[in-house]
Amino acid sequence: MTAQTHGSNAFGAGLPPAFLRAGSSSFAEFLTQVAPDLLPSSRATLSDATELSPHGTTIVACTFPGGVMMAGDRRATMGNLIAQRDIQKVFASDEFSLVGIAGAAGIAVEMVRLFQTELEHYEKLEGAPLSLDGKANRLAAMIRQNLGLAMQGLAVLPLFAGWDTAAEQGRIFSYDATGGRYEETAFHAVGSGSVFARGSLKKVYSQQLDARACAMAVIQALYDAADDDSATGGPDLARRIFPVVMQATPDGVSRLSDAETSEIAGEVVAARMERPDGPAAGVI
Amino acid sequence: MSSPFYVAPEQQMKDRADFARKGIARGRSVAVLRYAEGILFVAENRSQALHKVSEIHDRIGFAAVGRYNEFENLRIAGIRHADMRGYAYDRSDVTGRGLANAYAQLLGTIFSSGGEKPYEVELVVAELGPAPGTDQIYRLTYDGSVADEEHLAVMGGSAEVITEVLDAGYRDDLPLAEAVRLAVRSLGSDAGPDKPVRELGPDSLEVAVLDRSRSQSRKFRRITGAALQQLLDDAPTAG
Repeated sequence: MTAQTHGSNAFGAGLPPAFLRAGSSSFAEFLTQVAPDLLPSSRATLSDATELSPHGTTIVACTFPGGVMMAGDRRATMGNLIAQRDIQKVFASDEFSLVGIAGAAGIAVEMVRLFQTELEHYEKLEGAPLSLDGKANRLAAMIRQNLGLAMQGLAVLPLFAGWDTAAEQGRIFSYDATGGRYEETAFHAVGSGSVFARGSLKKVYSQQLDARACAMAVIQALYDAADDDSATGGPDLARRIFPVVMQATPDGVSRLSDAETSEIAGEVVAARMERPDGPAAGVI
Repeated sequence: MSSPFYVAPEQQMKDRADFARKGIARGRSVAVLRYAEGILFVAENRSQALHKVSEIHDRIGFAAVGRYNEFENLRIAGIRHADMRGYAYDRSDVTGRGLANAYAQLLGTIFSSGGEKPYEVELVVAELGPAPGTDQIYRLTYDGSVADEEHLAVMGGSAEVITEVLDAGYRDDLPLAEAVRLAVRSLGSDAGPDKPVRELGPDSLEVAVLDRSRSQSRKFRRITGAALQQLLDDAPTAG
């Protein structure tokens, strides 16, 4: 019995034999066996497909005592056009971790869905969640699967962050298109505006910042990214579209309300009216 | 060579049913009931690692009695089924009815096929509806038959005795603590109506709820340790 013939009804009614077979606790592996056509990496492209998919842009994250904060702007672009103004690029991957996506938006959003299902699936089968390192490694494996598409211009570059319940600290992981996984300390940014966002965080970030100050710092960083990178969107005051800011703490993952982010973004914008380049850091 | 003895189909089915029932009767019981905020699962289970009650999906829970390896296999298949549907379609398209049907088909096929021994299991698939009146409790037996239970279901060896005690004290607006105590008292009354009630502590209980008041989309929550002890200790409230 081939995987393909099975795939046609694997998500229909009934429980085909493959569902009862012993296997691993990985949903992605199970999907590969019974319905490989549902995998994000199953698209066949022969030539450059860069122009076909909107691109998500800047994601920033930083840690604070008692958690980790992640924020993403709301813009997706296709070439020189704005494809979407209010796209969400930062997601809860489970109760204690966050994933933000830069790169080909279609594949990235699907990869996030697969990653969320993967973590939940493991937790339900095993009765305990994966460790934070385990989660970070699973995400690396999914990016590695996508390498073929990355070479056709459909790379997905996520930023992963979460509260490590064992080490009791917030941690951040970045990736490259080949699935390389790198742990970052303190703060990091990915995507087209990441150079400017990182430069900004370098000047305003310190280990002592609390949660609210961290939210301010990431919104400042996104503002700086939008200032110099046309693919990153700044706060849209007219349409009331503000960055998505989420945090992972010992209490779990939560998203800052629109009221909170609009208030912080409002403060940032007001301060930029005084000094357009943002807060000044001392020269030494 | 002699030809195999003829066995009437009625007799064959009866033998298989007896076999399955005997296997199920050996284990301790599980009670599933609706309470004010959702659906409560209480199992007598001395193992903290081998579960009889489990989460399947956002609003769907699973409980089983019988042979561990068989219902564990079914639990995994159910989670695969639910996650596959949730991923291929949408999370809201995963339904308890769909899962109960899938289990019923599988159990029914195995029960009536001569080649395999019937599963020695009984299952409950419970689904939390959007409003209290819409909760569903499906009870599945070894032969694939499904019963749609109104308020509660008890499975296992002494199900009848336990159901009687549970029925007597049951209201569908019981608060959680009262519902837990009622279920625990019922499970402890398995020796019969005139026999002393066995005391069951947190170490020999597995308790979980599908809790409508939970803000997360995943409504399943285990209650263990101190939290469970507190529910068991709570002084009964009036009304």
